[in-house]
Amino acid sequence: MKVARSELWAGRALLVALMAFTLLPFISIFATALHPSGSVPSGLEWPADPQWGNFVEAFNVANMTTLLISSTRIVLSVVPVALVISTMAGFAIGALRIRGANVLLLLFVFGLTLPFPGIIIPIYFLERAMGIYNTRFAIALPLIGLYMPFAVFWMRSHFVNTPTEISEAARVDGATTWHLFWRIHVPLARAPMASLGILMSVWTWNQFLLALVLVEDPTQRTMAGALGAFQGHYATNVPLLCAGTILILLPTLILFVLFQRQIIAALLEGSIKG
Amino acid sequence: MPAPSSSTVKSPLPSDYRAAARTSSRRNTLNRVIRRETIIGWLFVLPALLIYAVFVLFPFLLTILYSFFRWNGVGPATWIGLNNYLTVFQVPDLLGTIFNAFWLVVWFSFIPVGLGLVVASVIHRVATGRLGALARTVLFLPQVIPLVAAGIIWGWLLGLPGLVNQILSAVGLGAITRAWLGDFDWALPAVGLIGIWVLLGFCTVLLLTGMTKVNPALYESARIDGAGWFREFVGITVPLLRYEIGVCLTVTVIAALAAFDIVYVSTAGGPGNSTAVPGIQIYILAFTQREVGLASALAVLLMLLVVLIIIPIQRLGRAESTS
Repeated sequence: MKVARSELWAGRALLVALMAFTLLPFISIFATALHPSGSVPSGLEWPADPQWGNFVEAFNVANMTTLLISSTRIVLSVVPVALVISTMAGFAIGALRIRGANVLLLLFVFGLTLPFPGIIIPIYFLERAMGIYNTRFAIALPLIGLYMPFAVFWMRSHFVNTPTEISEAARVDGATTWHLFWRIHVPLARAPMASLGILMSVWTWNQFLLALVLVEDPTQRTMAGALGAFQGHYATNVPLLCAGTILILLPTLILFVLFQRQIIAALLEGSIKG
Repeated sequence: MPAPSSSTVKSPLPSDYRAAARTSSRRNTLNRVIRRETIIGWLFVLPALLIYAVFVLFPFLLTILYSFFRWNGVGPATWIGLNNYLTVFQVPDLLGTIFNAFWLVVWFSFIPVGLGLVVASVIHRVATGRLGALARTVLFLPQVIPLVAAGIIWGWLLGLPGLVNQILSAVGLGAITRAWLGDFDWALPAVGLIGIWVLLGFCTVLLLTGMTKVNPALYESARIDGAGWFREFVGITVPLLRYEIGVCLTVTVIAALAAFDIVYVSTAGGPGNSTAVPGIQIYILAFTQREVGLASALAVLLMLLVVLIIIPIQRLGRAESTS
């Protein structure tokens, strides 16, 4: 490649600088989390005597066990349902190409442009009227609805690209629509479904506004929702706050490292097709 | 339930009628099959459509409805027509949130997309190997953590004893250190910096994916002609990535206008109203000041704003990618 040596090093320097810009915040809160609880350390300073116990303390004061259970429960009640119904809808719109498919698609895509804060007020009053405000369904049900635009769109773009011969061959063999869907198309859609499932899990875990508005008890919220409350209580105790923040973002970081390729691919393709 | 197919329809007619009968019965069954298909297909869509309608479309319509009323959320509501909208335009603090939203678009959208383009082209040109892969992963990292956590982390970094001031002092700029998020002039750019941190990786990786689709011969011939990074960037990368740039702008503009988590956690709209964006103001109006109608009017304006900004971007990306 004809790239000048000076340019090579300038480019590399830029990349290293930006990586430092991305990573330093993580390193800073990690170092801060190890300072004695209640002290005010400066930005980046390795403590003389690392207080690993801060993580235990943060785990306890943030009620992390309850929180983990409630967040996992919310994820488990949102993701499987959202996955199944969006795959069904994507299948009907993309593979069956039912009458009205284009209108349906437009209706779902419209949801992609709605900013969250724009519809949060009626969701609150709707939930009060339906009696699900502050219950275990308070966060889960609207989240399923809010994921539908992306999820249906995502699954539809998979199904629209599956060859019609597959469906036709199955039809000739006398397969019912359900059979066609469940036995033939779903196994073929495992990869996009997996990506979508991972994405929706991360989004649910990180959901803040819905949790803040719809559930009063912070320990019954999502992880991110609880973190907001935790910040309110421990804003002055910086090491503890940093330790709690690390504990809360750790699961998503681990998930990212494990499923890096799927997460990146899903986020990108999802937005490109959008 | 088995779908009826023409093979299951038995015809008792003599052979000479059979051909004609078969065509007509096939057409009938075909029609019936199509109608059944449509009904079954709609049944497949129904669950998704239902929950989407109840929790997204219906609230969307309700927001519009609420915006014409004065309502404290509990007592009776009074119809006041367009007065809530007039209030938004007349009260400087409310109108200010919309201006702040525009500013945030610059920080959350234009800068990450522009910088992302530069970084992507640098990775594409000088770091196709391990460094490039590592840079992609690292830069993407902030995208997966909760925005609330990003807000808390940067709230600490941008504070008085935080890392930012520490670095500034170390390079001799100690005079300009301050509590960035508490400064009337600097709070919004500081919040913007958090947005850059979160969104840069997303833009970079998305644009990089687009660049790998560009015919490599184009880049090679440009390099044989001795084109430097800048000419390659302006001549090939930017024009050929219009579609990806459009996508990137769309996603980040929506993120900027819908911003809530980062702002709520790092500044809560302050100091004063200097970082109050529509998302924050809607939340405060509706849930602490009990001005449901007024909050809804602001919400409607926010949704309108998104559409107004998105449509030209979409058109730009689409039209020029097909030409």
